[in-house]
Amino acid sequence: MNKTVALWLAVGWAGYAVLPWYAIDDGFFGFAWFDGFPTNIDSAPAILQVMDHGRAWLLPIGLALVAPLAVLWRGGAKPWAATVLMTAGGLGLAYIVAQGFAIGLGGWEFGFIESAFGELGDRQFGMGYGALLVIGAFLFFLTQGLAKRGVINGDAFVVGSIGLVIALIAAFIVFPVASILISAFQDNDENFAPALFFIKLFSRDIWGTDCLTSTLTCGIAWNSLLMATLVGASTTVLGLAFALIATRTGFRAKKILRVLTVLPIVTPPFVIGLAVILLFGRAGSVNTFLEWAFAIEPTRWIYGLPGIWLAQMLAFTPIAFLVLIGVVEGISPSMEEAALTLRADNWRTFTTVSLPLMRPGLANAFLLGFIESLADFGNPLVLGGEFDVLSTSIFFAIVGAQVDQGRAAVLAFVLLAFTLSAFYAQRRWLGRKSYATITGKGDAGLHVRLPKRLTRTIYATALPWAALTAVIYCMIMFGGFVETWGFDHSFTLRHYTEAFSITTGLHGLVWSGAAWNSFWTTLEIAAISAPLTAGIGLLAAYILVRQRFVGKDAFEFGTMLSFAIPGTVIGIGYILAFNVPPIEITGTGIILVVCFVFRNMPVGVRAGIAAMSQIDKSLDEASLTLGATSFATLRKVVMPLLRPAIVAALVFGFVRAMTAISAVIFLVSANYDMATSYILGRVENADYGLAIAYSSVLILVMLAAIILIQGAVGTRRLSRRDTQQFGLEGGAA
Amino acid sequence: MTTGYKAASVQFQGVTKAFGSVVAVRDISFTIEAGSLVTLLGPSGCGKTTTLRLIAGLEMPTSGRILIGDRDVTKLPATDRDVSMVFQSYALFPHMTVLENVAYGLRVSGMAKPEAHAKAEDELALVRLEGFGERLPSELSGGQQQRVAVARALILEPQVLLFDEPLSNLDAKLRRRMREEIHDLQRKLGLTSVYVTHDQEEALAVSDRIIVMNNAVVAQEGSPHELYESPVNVFVADFIGDANLVKAEIKSVNGEIAVVRIGSIERRLPHRGLSPGEVDVAIRPVSIILSNDTSVEGMEGSVLKSTYLGNHIEYTVDSPLGELFVIDYRVDAPLPRGATVSIDLAERGITLVVDES
Repeated sequence: MNKTVALWLAVGWAGYAVLPWYAIDDGFFGFAWFDGFPTNIDSAPAILQVMDHGRAWLLPIGLALVAPLAVLWRGGAKPWAATVLMTAGGLGLAYIVAQGFAIGLGGWEFGFIESAFGELGDRQFGMGYGALLVIGAFLFFLTQGLAKRGVINGDAFVVGSIGLVIALIAAFIVFPVASILISAFQDNDENFAPALFFIKLFSRDIWGTDCLTSTLTCGIAWNSLLMATLVGASTTVLGLAFALIATRTGFRAKKILRVLTVLPIVTPPFVIGLAVILLFGRAGSVNTFLEWAFAIEPTRWIYGLPGIWLAQMLAFTPIAFLVLIGVVEGISPSMEEAALTLRADNWRTFTTVSLPLMRPGLANAFLLGFIESLADFGNPLVLGGEFDVLSTSIFFAIVGAQVDQGRAAVLAFVLLAFTLSAFYAQRRWLGRKSYATITGKGDAGLHVRLPKRLTRTIYATALPWAALTAVIYCMIMFGGFVETWGFDHSFTLRHYTEAFSITTGLHGLVWSGAAWNSFWTTLEIAAISAPLTAGIGLLAAYILVRQRFVGKDAFEFGTMLSFAIPGTVIGIGYILAFNVPPIEITGTGIILVVCFVFRNMPVGVRAGIAAMSQIDKSLDEASLTLGATSFATLRKVVMPLLRPAIVAALVFGFVRAMTAISAVIFLVSANYDMATSYILGRVENADYGLAIAYSSVLILVMLAAIILIQGAVGTRRLSRRDTQQFGLEGGAA
Repeated sequence: MTTGYKAASVQFQGVTKAFGSVVAVRDISFTIEAGSLVTLLGPSGCGKTTTLRLIAGLEMPTSGRILIGDRDVTKLPATDRDVSMVFQSYALFPHMTVLENVAYGLRVSGMAKPEAHAKAEDELALVRLEGFGERLPSELSGGQQQRVAVARALILEPQVLLFDEPLSNLDAKLRRRMREEIHDLQRKLGLTSVYVTHDQEEALAVSDRIIVMNNAVVAQEGSPHELYESPVNVFVADFIGDANLVKAEIKSVNGEIAVVRIGSIERRLPHRGLSPGEVDVAIRPVSIILSNDTSVEGMEGSVLKSTYLGNHIEYTVDSPLGELFVIDYRVDAPLPRGATVSIDLAERGITLVVDES
């Protein structure tokens, strides 16, 4: 008897006959649905929906669950068993999806079905846990059947994993993005309107070039592109300067440079923008000083292009540094030594050998900065002023004075086209082209010393910048202890008490501070999504590194895709896709978790791929030939060796869930407010003190979490001499 | 040689394995007797490692059937086959101790820890590594790691034991010792073993039979003696023990024996089904006898190159037959470069080549 089939059959029947089929309004884990279960129409399982409530369209699902019983009953090794499982799983899955989309809140969703079958006279809500289990059962019947057919060496676990990841990507990345595309072609009453799409797409406020000829502003698409190009170029130059200092000079404080790489990861994205305001804003320190010393009238020059550029450079230079330090270190010293022995001097060696070898890395850093800048939402929101960019315009099209969902979709479409092009270019040109020359053979050579004039130049660029970064972070840490920045610099704990006070009330402690609610929600959501992010990311990495199968390239693209989708676009997509059945999860905590898991998954995938490529495949094979299943191999051999990657993925999953703002701002609700959106709310009310105080608390919490996760997962022990250091090098961005 | 109670034969029936458009193994068939040690020998890229991985179940054949014992295992994944493998890199799990490594196979098949560890201790004793159980693999020498890998593969008492170039990471001296140890162990336990190597000397030393592979097909199968004495084609002759390939003529055939004229020398050789006429002959380097006494009967040649290697000298000689590669063990009287020599052929080490390919 096939245990796996039996297990999923049990799961499927539990979902069909025991658990509520539809989503429960006040939450499944509230258990209020016990009252009236199982006959109540809102909480009845599917089988009773069919029998008691006349929802006959759920009947075929039950029939598809009957077929696999035959496999269980009459020995699963026969060839027909595979066919039965595949057919039942495939058809069941297709039918559930079809009925979910066909019948919605208003009965039939499509006019042509209604005209064929007549009015339905009934409607259905979003699917619940019952449906979820049945879908899972169908999915694994399908993959079991495929495995029995000999797909991927007949390995049921691997086929199942691939099926699971594909289904998740389809539901939570492809579906929302497709919803945007569909919405872009509709008017606001959901009629198909391609003409309107082109009018909106080519409108002057997106593509206008008035700024070249007059004092009017240019289109927001040009603004975004200009900004992204400037930021990409400048972060690459600065990143290279820091990378050269860290690897090729005798600079003493290299350790501090490494710290610099961790900071942007734990900094909520708009916090830097906030600090920039405190420093350069109209009432900021610099202006105050200039007015006092030279009587220069303070202006609002920081709002707009200069401010966003400055803030994004501060935020994204460390990412360029992370990319480039690997590239600079990866150049084999013997290449440079070869150039020296061929009579090239230091300068010529650098310009003719070292720099060309870094070229793919430089292009990579530029494109990363470019994508990050396009996708950035917090800084333009705080510092944009009159300078509109795509990411913020999308937001205002949804929450602004005139709600225009179609315009938001079109803007999202344009932004997505930009980032996907850059992402595609990065992978196409640079993905496979790497001059990194680490071979595994010991390379005893020494890197050539940098030419003197170059050393002076990079010190002159990088050190002032490092100083500015330090000042910015000091502002973030101390700004919360000041009454009102720019006007009243007296020390106060007011902001902290307002946010985080605890009082003793009638029933013990009361979390009376204004921030506690969003703080606990954030911690909870981040703590739930981090392990899921790491799990799915590493599973996808395992599949990508260790398995060969048809369509692997498309699979890889799918897993990395969400990296290139800006948060605002994902936010719009999630609202459009998940506000109505069949998956109706807006306003819940689930949508936040789902959003974080799939937005941050690429980091887990990349960390996993990097780590797994270093583990010899023969270890897996040795385990398999010793009789371990691929699941046991993954658990006992691969996972313990992946500890550093697991730590990296957990940390990123956790920290990015705490710092994210762009997608979150569309998805938060009264019950589930997140720290970042709360802080942004304070910033919009010019309550900088509390915002800064809250931000610095978040940064400290995240640093503590990093240390905690590292302690919990531990390090791998490969030899007693080995002092494996946990590094954040696993993945940037 | 005893046969272990679980040892099983391995049978390939028309097995082909293609990776996309690249054919790694083309329509090969062979049978490996239970309890014997068979070597897959060939240059890199010939398909020998793919063949081994097909036996292990790490690759699935594109077509054909594979049997272990009487059971068809063609579609069975590695996990479910009763086959163990010693990897070229040893593939010891770096995060487990030596004992945990050896006990791994028993643990994943559900044996309790104390029992599995006790058996692993026994297995370590078998490969003379008592007391090393608590170390990590990285704390052992190459030869010791090799023995751990063998112990780990042996503990499951597999039907078939596979070795993928197990000695290639060891230095020459250690290689010779380890190969004797593996051979002894295999004989003692009566295991069916399949051994992949590209080192013909290693193959000759350990094998009951050798399967020589070239370009994804089996070039020849036979005992070491058969392969050395009567290679079917130039490739096999050259791959096993070097050979000079020269043109010759069969004068006459009489019963089993053909009279063959090689240059000015006549030799009587097994005719191997060939009829009189032009023929290729493979001559072992040690079967060419050089002498500086030009008065003796034979061909005349001159020394082009001479390399002194301690226990023997290698010569390259220009002769009427073409350039010849010669090994001479008479190291006390080396022939100088440019010397004129007479060339004679020994009675043994000369074979007619049947197959041109």
